[in-house]
Amino acid sequence: MPLWAEIAITVCLVIGGLFGLVGSFGLMRLPDPMQRLHAPTKAATVGVGAVLIASMLYFFADRGHISTHELLITLFIFLTAPITALFISKVHLHLKMRSEDLPTPKEGAGWAGYTATGPARGVRDMPEKRNE
Amino acid sequence: MIVYAIFFAAICFALGLLMNLWRLIVGPERSDRILALDTMAINAITLLILMGMHLGFALYFEVSMLFALVGFISTVSYCRFLLRGDIIE
Repeated sequence: MPLWAEIAITVCLVIGGLFGLVGSFGLMRLPDPMQRLHAPTKAATVGVGAVLIASMLYFFADRGHISTHELLITLFIFLTAPITALFISKVHLHLKMRSEDLPTPKEGAGWAGYTATGPARGVRDMPEKRNE
Repeated sequence: MIVYAIFFAAICFALGLLMNLWRLIVGPERSDRILALDTMAINAITLLILMGMHLGFALYFEVSMLFALVGFISTVSYCRFLLRGDIIE
């Protein structure tokens, strides 16, 4: 394997490992739940991305052909991370916040989810559980 | 040199898995536990890719792709269960 490939792969791996460690450390140490939501995005973007770039370089330098599986994994994680973050923050809002505690949006429009009177059987039916 | 870098990254992500496990056990809210599970899935994906690089075996990409799918679906279904009381209405 040529030297430039070894150096590039090593740099990518070290950067990815440090970012993954920082993301999980932030998840462990940050005080507020919404701040904790912010920390693991570092591990999900730069951590996984750098390791996938290192893997692509490794198999390109080792076998001589470009593999594209890694791009699929990156694409999937980049597509699903915002959806997951939205769902987790909505779970946090619905379990811990009343709609009076939240800032009011413009033009009298309520927060999405709080205005619904739909068929939910979940948290909305047990308001005494909300501020436990 | 690459072997040491792979070991370094694997140790970093394994420490991250332990920290996520701490948050999963301690975490005061249910949203924290869901987030810890989601981050554990991401760290496991990275560990699988590192293992595939170390063994020089390209099949581990399919495994990590499946892990990404299952982690996403489990997170979304748990959140939907907490939000709506149902997963598929």
